[in-house]
Amino acid sequence: MLNILPQVLVDGLTLGFMYAVVALGYTMVYGILEFINFAHGEIFMVGAFVGTEVLLISDSLGALEGMNPFVALFLTLIIAMVLTGALGVGIERIAYRPLRGAPRLVPLISAIGVSFLLQDLVRFTEALARNEFYLNSPTLFTGSISLGSIASIPTKGLIVIVIAIVMMIALTLFVNKTKWGIAMRAVAQDQSTASLMTINVDKVIMLTFLIGSSLGGATGVLFAQNYGTIDPYIGFILGLKAFTAAVLGGIGNLRGAMVGGVLLGLLESLSGAFMGPLTNGAFGAEYKDVFAFSILILVLLFKPEGLFGEAVKEKV
Amino acid sequence: MKKLSHISILSAVLATSVALTGCAGTSNSSGGSNTSGGGQQSTDQSSASGGGATDGGVIKIATQTPLSGNQSSLGDAIKTGAEYALNLRKEEFKKLGFDIQLFPQDDQADPKIGVSNAEMLISNPDVYGVVGHLNSGVAIPSSVKYEEGNLVMVSPANTAVKLTEEGKKTVHRICARDDAQGPKAAMYAKNTLGVKTAFIIHDKTAYGQGLSDQVKLQFEKDGVQILGYEGITQGEKDYSAVLNQVTAKNPDIIFFGGLYPEGGILVKQAREKGYKGYFMGGDGLDSSDMIKIAGDAVEGVVFTSVAGDVTQTEEGKKWAEEYKKATNKPLETYSVYGFDSMNVILNGVMEAIKANGGKKPTREQVLEAVHKTKDFQGQFTKVTFDEKGDNVNADVFIYKYDKDKSTFVGKAE
Repeated sequence: MLNILPQVLVDGLTLGFMYAVVALGYTMVYGILEFINFAHGEIFMVGAFVGTEVLLISDSLGALEGMNPFVALFLTLIIAMVLTGALGVGIERIAYRPLRGAPRLVPLISAIGVSFLLQDLVRFTEALARNEFYLNSPTLFTGSISLGSIASIPTKGLIVIVIAIVMMIALTLFVNKTKWGIAMRAVAQDQSTASLMTINVDKVIMLTFLIGSSLGGATGVLFAQNYGTIDPYIGFILGLKAFTAAVLGGIGNLRGAMVGGVLLGLLESLSGAFMGPLTNGAFGAEYKDVFAFSILILVLLFKPEGLFGEAVKEKV
Repeated sequence: MKKLSHISILSAVLATSVALTGCAGTSNSSGGSNTSGGGQQSTDQSSASGGGATDGGVIKIATQTPLSGNQSSLGDAIKTGAEYALNLRKEEFKKLGFDIQLFPQDDQADPKIGVSNAEMLISNPDVYGVVGHLNSGVAIPSSVKYEEGNLVMVSPANTAVKLTEEGKKTVHRICARDDAQGPKAAMYAKNTLGVKTAFIIHDKTAYGQGLSDQVKLQFEKDGVQILGYEGITQGEKDYSAVLNQVTAKNPDIIFFGGLYPEGGILVKQAREKGYKGYFMGGDGLDSSDMIKIAGDAVEGVVFTSVAGDVTQTEEGKKWAEEYKKATNKPLETYSVYGFDSMNVILNGVMEAIKANGGKKPTREQVLEAVHKTKDFQGQFTKVTFDEKGDNVNADVFIYKYDKDKSTFVGKAE
């Protein structure tokens, strides 16, 4: 049974890093606005569709022939990030900013509305353009790296992990070292004081949405690469889990979102693979979510602010 | 305004022709009922009936299938198959003095529409039978109405077990039930594929888990070792957790109870993990999208279906050619089921007319006659109804995916 452990860990990490990057989007917006952007899962989904469409179209034009797959992936990521970033900013401008003074629940409902809108908009346009809304992404990386006889990591899984780590490091550096990053942290701590310090709060919020959404969109591209098949409803489950990861790590906290995401991915993968054999079939893989969420409840019972909720002062 | 005047002219013409029919037909009240439910659909039919003078009256057989919406290609196939059968036998009925007509209804794959259509059908005394539906979810509530009106229903495509288990006398089907698929699939895996170990995965839905349970039961009966029985969540894209278990145990076959969006991903990810054995499922895997989702991994995937391929025999091929020529429509799997269902009803009507001394029978008499159908050899299926209205001769068929299409393998035995 233990011979599959390395494989399980690799699968869990791949999934976990995707959760983590999407969780960053939830946690950043929460850190600044104390508002849960439920449309974020759908932005991830739009990213997956943009990336897949870019690859499909350039494939049909023959542009992928002979192109280095890393270059192709990089260009796809850039296009998807720009578009989803713009989408995130647009959503903030239209659906959230006019409601900023409203009671808490109002922007939340607005976010749920946006997420329905995006789902059906994508379904609608894909159905019009391609007569179907299940898309299959061309696979850029097919090989796998074998670690002796114990496990083989598919190259695409490894790429997901590497890119996710690069994005996380870049974000951390941005938030901690740049002027805009400091402004973001200031707004997160106290909006009105920050605005008195000549920080343009609206711009900072826009920037937060821009970064969070483009990270989500990039994860969508990675997701489509890793699993091959996407549909307009992938954002719901993944978004929910990424949100859970953000809560697990302590919502509003960047490091918490990263750790929470990876932890959730690993928990799911481990419980899916081992719970059946360990309990002699009484609790099968279908209980993997139950197990992962039980852990979440346990953590929140003893540490309601999440794993990293208080330990770190900076909130962004 | 212009459009309105067109309609009024049309309806005037229609009314006149109906009135003429009413004059020609001496014994029956067909004139009135023509207008009651037909709407614009029956325009051409009522003018056709104006031509042939028949004294026995009009007998309408309805179809209830989705004729609009995304399932309309299947629904239209049933309707067209039924229409073709009816047209072939028009003369036969004319000799007895009856004018048989098709009365096609669009249930839009919507239970509400199906039921309101059913209400309209039972209130029309000329309607003697229904070929339908495509969706079990529509057939079950609609059958309540048919039962009220003693209107016989013969389903070409509904496989839900519940449909005939509710004890309604009017409900019949010529296709197999869902619970026939599981055992037959397991037998095929054991006897033909020769598997000794199996791993069963289901999607936690009534359909998927139900199918998987039956496969599991049959495997246990036949001595196939079950290495695992796991559920997955619909809509997820990452099934590596379950598949790691599968690769660790390396079964001869993975049986998946579920639909193609998950099935396609499962087989793809299983092959990526180096799984080499068989992959099998139920008719939930029967979709051209399965190929798109699974990609190359689809090759060799086996699935069962209650719908067979009529073009597998020489005679069937000939029928298919004639069908295409006569109807000018492509042949779909369910075309022949619509055709056979219609013939089952028409046979019943014929029997009832004879038993009634050549006079127009009652619905009860038609129902009795259809219910007694025994060893009727249709174009594709042999039909004998049991007490519940299930066809005891219904078969389950095996299909296999090649690179770009699914091919018929044979009956599962």
